[in-house]
Amino acid sequence: MDIYLPIAELSVNGLLIVLLGGAVGFLSGMFGVGGGFLTTPLLIFYGIPPAVAVASSATQITGSSVSGALAYLQRGQVDIRMGAVLVAGGLVGASIGQIIFSALQTVGQIDIVIALVYVLFLSVIGGLMLRDALAALKAARAGTAAPARRARHLPWVAALPGRMKFPRSGLYISPLAPMLLGAGVGMLTVIMGIGGGFIMVPAMVYILGMRAQAVVGTSLFQIIFVTAATTLLHATASKTVDIVLALLLLLGGVVGAQMGVRAAQKLSPDRLRLALALIVLGVALRLAIGLTWTPAEPFALFEGA
Amino acid sequence: MSGRALAALILWLALAGAAPVRLITQLSTARIDINTSFRGAELLVFGAIQYPRGQTPDRTPDIAVVVRGPAAPVTVRRKVRIAGLWLNGAAVRFESVPGFYAVAATRPITDLADERITAIYEIGTRNLQLSPASSADDATTRAFEAGLISQRLRAGLFAERPGSVQITRDVLYSARIALPAAVPVGDYAAEIHLIDSGRVLASTSAPFSIGKSGFERWVYVMAHEHSIAYGLSAIIAAVLAGGLAAVVTRRSW
Repeated sequence: MDIYLPIAELSVNGLLIVLLGGAVGFLSGMFGVGGGFLTTPLLIFYGIPPAVAVASSATQITGSSVSGALAYLQRGQVDIRMGAVLVAGGLVGASIGQIIFSALQTVGQIDIVIALVYVLFLSVIGGLMLRDALAALKAARAGTAAPARRARHLPWVAALPGRMKFPRSGLYISPLAPMLLGAGVGMLTVIMGIGGGFIMVPAMVYILGMRAQAVVGTSLFQIIFVTAATTLLHATASKTVDIVLALLLLLGGVVGAQMGVRAAQKLSPDRLRLALALIVLGVALRLAIGLTWTPAEPFALFEGA
Repeated sequence: MSGRALAALILWLALAGAAPVRLITQLSTARIDINTSFRGAELLVFGAIQYPRGQTPDRTPDIAVVVRGPAAPVTVRRKVRIAGLWLNGAAVRFESVPGFYAVAATRPITDLADERITAIYEIGTRNLQLSPASSADDATTRAFEAGLISQRLRAGLFAERPGSVQITRDVLYSARIALPAAVPVGDYAAEIHLIDSGRVLASTSAPFSIGKSGFERWVYVMAHEHSIAYGLSAIIAAVLAGGLAAVVTRRSW
């Protein structure tokens, strides 16, 4: 099933793209990550121009996040108040990120910087998750109770002024904390061209100390808005949103997200975290190899530049 | 460009009186449409060699067909290893790189004519004049050029196919040019050269264009001219698709 993409200006195997969207959507529904950190590199690997891959996968993530977030909403696992605060911070962060992005672009090495930031974040977060998941699984196997989780947020979060109740998250903290978090992730979102879920989810658990059940749904809720803004930004500024590519990805993505949500309700959270940790570390390793191994092509072409 | 045209003109004037051989050319199509199922296309270039007083020569001449697409600047950067990381290093900018370039000929290009002639008519990828703009020395520029050409060859956007022009009874010629799915849109030209004993006896050119049609064209125009509406409809489509999937699966479970 070959389909010509009008903006990317090449022909792709439609079925393959739908399956890719489905697999990423499944992860999205299961872990509350947008999946952009997987879709974008895979699309580029397939031969889609990077700018089109980044912009169009943002559109797909909006769709699969809606699909996933609605499923969590039915189960009462979305903290809308927390989500709104995160989105507010995210929009501020995104505008700062846009300034940094432009500055990096003028220096030249933007693609290398992006890859380095990816490797750094993915390996740190993947490593943290792997450590925790392994410790929890080991404890479960030994028959003892899992080690007492840090039920509370980090000390500096408590030190911030002003407090607000987030009943669904089981928190009574300053709204400045999630707002700062949202801003930080929003900044990275623009620079890395992703939804930011894989940073947001662990940050909600480890920094804010949110109740585990509300984390994934709330993350998906805020991703909807961040990626919708990203789509609009790319559509107007770089005109690289390929709606045909996005729709193909969506076709698989929204279905995959629903299946991911169901799978997440059945599996143990520790195994879930172990799986996500391994996926994140795998992507980090792949990117690190790309940066350090001798490239097959000794030259890089930049069209029209 | 003007130097090349002048050289061609002088050659043509020199040859016109002596041997008024003419080339008649036709393309299978003047416009190639890109639609949803576009997977590349094939262009048939065919025609006849018209000899003075209809006398065919004793031996078969050579034909070279050069098809080229719209030119655009390309910056080539050499990857360099710094502290274990491969970064984009020195750059050479080429001002006019054709988005597509293919040569079909009766024989290998080096056998058609000497280097001067093939360079004048830009027959063969190594004879392309890409207009490098850099302060680097000649050898460096040539290395970057070779890197650019080999990547384009691998992508199928540059091609050399010796032996792919058929000549029938010394008069009729035909060649098939494969255009991959990734060809850029724009104005193209097919140049046909009649070569005998290393001399170009006649040249002719036929234009054609590649463009998006129907839905593809509509999407492209919308994205460029109504980009806010386009972006918003992409978001709405995404939200609707996500909502629909959520509703459908809730009903069925």
